Amino acid sequence: MPYSMSQLDQLEAEAIHIIREAVAQAENPVMLYSVGKDSAVMVRLAQKAFAPGPVPFPLLHIDSQWKFKEMIQFRDKFCEENGLKLLVHYNKEGKAAGVGPFTHGSRKHTDIMKTQALVQSLEQGGYDMIFGGARRDEEKSRAKERIYSFRDKFNQWDPKNQRPEVWSLYNGKINPNESVRVFPISNWTEMDVWRYIERESIPIVPLYFAKKRPYVEIDGNLIMVDDDRMPLEGREVKEDYIRFRTLGCYPLTGGVLSTVTTMAEMIEEMINSDISERNSRVIDFDGEASMEQKKREGYF
Amino acid sequence: MKKSLLRFLTCGSVDDGKSTLIGNLLFNSKKLCQDQIATLERDSKKHGTQGDKVDYALLMDGLASEREQGITIDVAYRFFETPERKFIVADTPGHEQYTRNMVTGASTADLAIILVDASKGLLTQSRRHAFLVSLLQIPHVVLAVNKMDLVNYSEDVYNKIVEDFKEFSTKLNLQDITFIPVSARDSDNVTEKSSKTPWYKGEALLPFLEKVYVKSDKNFVDFRYPVQTVIRPNSNFRGFAGRIASGTIRPGEEVIALPSEKSSRVKDIHLYDRTLPEAFAGQSVCITLEDEIDISRGDMLVRKNNLPKMSNEIDVTLCWMNEKPLDLSSPKRLIVKHTSREINAFVEKIDYTIDVNTLHRNQTNILHLNDIARVKITTAQKLYFDNYKTNRNTGSIILIDPITNETVAAGMIKSESRETHSDEIKSTNINFEDFQLTREDYEKRNGHLGAVIWLTGLSGSGKSTIAKAILAKLNADGKHVNCLDGDNVRHGLCSDLGFTADDRSENIRRIGELSKLFVENGNITICSFISPYQKDRDFVRSILPEGKFFETYIDCDIETCKQRDPKGLYKKAIAGEINGFTGIDSPYEAPTNPDIRLKSDTYPVADLVESVIVKLKDQGII
Repeated sequence: MPYSMSQLDQLEAEAIHIIREAVAQAENPVMLYSVGKDSAVMVRLAQKAFAPGPVPFPLLHIDSQWKFKEMIQFRDKFCEENGLKLLVHYNKEGKAAGVGPFTHGSRKHTDIMKTQALVQSLEQGGYDMIFGGARRDEEKSRAKERIYSFRDKFNQWDPKNQRPEVWSLYNGKINPNESVRVFPISNWTEMDVWRYIERESIPIVPLYFAKKRPYVEIDGNLIMVDDDRMPLEGREVKEDYIRFRTLGCYPLTGGVLSTVTTMAEMIEEMINSDISERNSRVIDFDGEASMEQKKREGYF
Repeated sequence: MKKSLLRFLTCGSVDDGKSTLIGNLLFNSKKLCQDQIATLERDSKKHGTQGDKVDYALLMDGLASEREQGITIDVAYRFFETPERKFIVADTPGHEQYTRNMVTGASTADLAIILVDASKGLLTQSRRHAFLVSLLQIPHVVLAVNKMDLVNYSEDVYNKIVEDFKEFSTKLNLQDITFIPVSARDSDNVTEKSSKTPWYKGEALLPFLEKVYVKSDKNFVDFRYPVQTVIRPNSNFRGFAGRIASGTIRPGEEVIALPSEKSSRVKDIHLYDRTLPEAFAGQSVCITLEDEIDISRGDMLVRKNNLPKMSNEIDVTLCWMNEKPLDLSSPKRLIVKHTSREINAFVEKIDYTIDVNTLHRNQTNILHLNDIARVKITTAQKLYFDNYKTNRNTGSIILIDPITNETVAAGMIKSESRETHSDEIKSTNINFEDFQLTREDYEKRNGHLGAVIWLTGLSGSGKSTIAKAILAKLNADGKHVNCLDGDNVRHGLCSDLGFTADDRSENIRRIGELSKLFVENGNITICSFISPYQKDRDFVRSILPEGKFFETYIDCDIETCKQRDPKGLYKKAIAGEINGFTGIDSPYEAPTNPDIRLKSDTYPVADLVESVIVKLKDQGII
């Protein structure tokens, strides 16, 4: 049929439009880069928005110091090969104090090494427009968030004070020290992200594919033993073919038993899966409305 | 298969069962995961209001602050998909802030579901929603008569609500309304047809949403390309990045840049690592031109012979969205954001506000939160825009308060302000013609003759599709061309006419006279009307100069038309829901000797368009 766009084409065109608008309205933009699948899509969209020119802003990775090793390797290689400017930030104070999920618990670790680290780096960088890969289908408080999410000088989100967002007219006006977080893939679902990665042949971290990996079972989650900071406390280290649907800090991200090694197999597995993506995210279950609370505090 | 996307919004009063309906769609489209279902079942036992049943509404529970305080916060966006389509639902709360919320959700929607509680009938609230849907020109409307379980699935109750709504909607500009009786709680007619409503002949809601055709709602005629940013990685490349607001474009075609009015030709259309042979409305691309002309963000590329309106005074229907009122007794500078431009502006005058409950107009000098008003806005520089009705992208604006940075209003442009019309339309590309000119003068300027291409055929034969394709082709070739069809004349020029034989004749007479005026101005006018009676078509031929009327018969087997049934009209006619439907219980007199015969059940549209073009060339029209 002439002049018709598939769902992915429409989502892509909308996201490119959003990214260009945001950059045009910003003085100091940056894109958060978490090395995951959503980030992979975001980078490709940014490349498309400004091709044949380079991506006109740096990528910022908040390194909690507890990421999977393979993520860090992939990150450095990917950014170098694609000519992307990468900034890495971690909370030095937190690291010096030895903050980690095993010693301080997931809630405190996430607050100090992720939320606070993020807020620090945004303040130090003086960014006024920050791209994030959040999607509205991830979590119920995200469903209420605008594509342009205004933040006050304390980086706080006030769900009751959001700017009306009509048609595709985005208001990026701010006063000094305020910022706007921009979510170009708000309207994408997890399946859209995977289908797009497959269609565009976008490289992703190998952790998304199954491989024989060592893990221990903690509270029903399959936690990979990625380094020797993992206290085994008599737990049995098993080895099996596992993969990850979502990537975060390795002690807080559960793997799933799987034999998937190609994108086509992965999409097939996803279609037949009846477990939601964030079910393996330990931090989403820290308490009622925990994501909303984190967002109010400055988390993405 | 390429999956398509449908954006819709749901509106209804607080207890109309909106959350239950969306929850039901999400639940029954099987996109819920095991862990989410477990949570839902647990919550249903804890907080639910449905006894042992699952309370779908709990899927929609929002933020902690909403649950705690009972405050509803604006619009939420939900997603679900079926093998046919992906759906984005703008879930607008039915609270007192309805106008702002609805405008937000409706601005990007292709379809609106208005919920009515069957046990309460049509309330003021439902009328408000219908008015706003009409105002925002959402192309498709579903009136879902919910809670049919509470009225024993009574056909009479349903029919009464349908009749009430039809009567009310005659005052509005709703284009395509579908009525469905449902029970969101008991899943009747939601995803599958219910055995409890044997009298209902239509489809269940979800299958309808999967099929409703939305592509044609886009404007593929008027090329508008607002430039977002200039891409200049090195001295060899200078591209203009943007999203095509409407129309289509190909390499080699002539464009002019506004406001400079400098012209050039499109060199290439880039999308990342590819170049495209053609691009169309909705695509985000990067265009290079053959000449170095000065273009920057906020400028717009258009076609020389198809300009937007240009003025710095515009009439706008405004929805005021800010807690702080707008008071014209102390004029306030605002910023208009229109496409990729921002311009200083003042609201010069409030013509009237509209009471959304009664549709009455009131005089005022102050706009409060949720007020809808017709206003006059003056901008510091000229805007180039279209009427919102013909182009959502170039016909919409927001107003920003430059002090607080808040988005304070959303507006739909009606037209350039009438009082300044004659001064402001002057542009070097529009020749001011006085009425002493003859048709021949216009035709000389246009480089082609005026004519009427009259498409006649059964409903569903493909008239509109073919008309649009001919229009696009002639327009792309730089011809002066326009199009009249049933929907656009019946909403204005002929809104007082029904579908009796006499009214149909009068309808055709008026269209004939109108197309004659167009021909006198040297235009090619495509008329797309069932026009079932030979005498009416002959009348139009008789009032036009010799050789200017092309009776074009869209010849399509009625069984094929019934199968296509793009508006579901055959189904309704066969079910006896509409009377006097051509081909069912009203005759169609096929032309015996048409000027052009297009077999639309046999040949693809492109071939049919080509036949028309060949005929026009043969007859020396173009």
